[in-house]
Amino acid sequence: MSNEDIQKGLAEIVEEVAGVEAADVTSDKSFVDDLDIDSLSMVEIAVQAEDKFGVKIPDDELANLKTVGDAVTYIASNA
Amino acid sequence: MTSFAVPTGSPGARILGIGSYQPETIVSNHDLARTMDTSDQWIRERVGIVNRRFAKPDEKLVDMAVEAGAKAVADAGLAPTDIGAVLVATCTMPSQIPNAAAQVADRIGVTGAPAFDLNAACAGFCYALAMASDLVRAGTARHVLVIGAEKLTDWVDPVDRSTAIIFADGAGAAVVGPSDTAAIGAVAWGSAGDLVDMIQIPDRHSFVHQEGQSVFRWATTQIAPIALRAVELAGIEVSDVDVFVPHQANLRIVEAIAKRLHAKGAREDLVIARDIVDSGNTSSASIPLALDHMRAAGEVRSGDVALLVGFGAGLSYAGQVVRLP
Repeated sequence: MSNEDIQKGLAEIVEEVAGVEAADVTSDKSFVDDLDIDSLSMVEIAVQAEDKFGVKIPDDELANLKTVGDAVTYIASNA
Repeated sequence: MTSFAVPTGSPGARILGIGSYQPETIVSNHDLARTMDTSDQWIRERVGIVNRRFAKPDEKLVDMAVEAGAKAVADAGLAPTDIGAVLVATCTMPSQIPNAAAQVADRIGVTGAPAFDLNAACAGFCYALAMASDLVRAGTARHVLVIGAEKLTDWVDPVDRSTAIIFADGAGAAVVGPSDTAAIGAVAWGSAGDLVDMIQIPDRHSFVHQEGQSVFRWATTQIAPIALRAVELAGIEVSDVDVFVPHQANLRIVEAIAKRLHAKGAREDLVIARDIVDSGNTSSASIPLALDHMRAAGEVRSGDVALLVGFGAGLSYAGQVVRLP
């Protein structure tokens, strides 16, 4: 799966969980500061991303995923 | 070899009555925002709580348990002397000894009855209900009073915004008695001691600590399967469930579990307990408190099939299907 596909899939999850428009979920955006996503929504996003991409995102790793780009890179290298 | 004499049991057990008690003092999010860095919006968005009840300093856990227990006995149409055992589920008793249950039994008028506490944290009520059902079915006791009672404010750092906004005080109770048909289904229960660090009060000088994100992940992914297992063990379909009463941990956890039940065939008109909004998280008291409030509000009816599931520190979890009295 290409990074573009991962980002598109991740954006769909973010839209469903947090109600942020998928088009706004771009690589340089910070989940917390730009997209206003709280820590519990981050868990919901992680759980759905685990199912969708077949990857494990433990809570301590999740804390390091500050931007959408961080998450895409993590998923790409761990899926 | 001679078989020893044992009591004659009953084919089933059922809940005969319920009761609850909350302290008078209502504490709003605005009240909390005056003493710590939080806001009404922040609390509503993260945990869904608007108001909660805090006991006064001189109001003890045992006092609340007595109030709830006595109401449940009266609701069952029984006299205190009809009660054969008292179980108090609690994780916030201030004394190591004595336990709460013996004092509660005495003050309710069940003097001399076997009485003990059970600590399975927020799963405690469902654990105790399962034990009560088995005590009745085995004939060990004819009527068992089960109480979940907590004074969490004794164990919460009042200015820790990750916990002080969530936890609250209260008590809820049920009386379990014999029945020709089983109206309390088999319990789906267990523990995950490998995850003990997630929620702790490690000693008597500590406040409650929880790893919010980890607990949220566990509760939103691992508890729906337990609830569904309870449905399966009861021999019914998830579409037969009228009322869903999970432990009132966090409104977002309640909604997430309910969403998974809907995905597995729960009815659209399933009544979901959202008592946390005005009661906060009262640990072992939350399920009977919710049931009593929903009954008073006319949201549930006698004969409804309710799915209960408790989960929390330990980690521990337990769920069962019951027919409401």
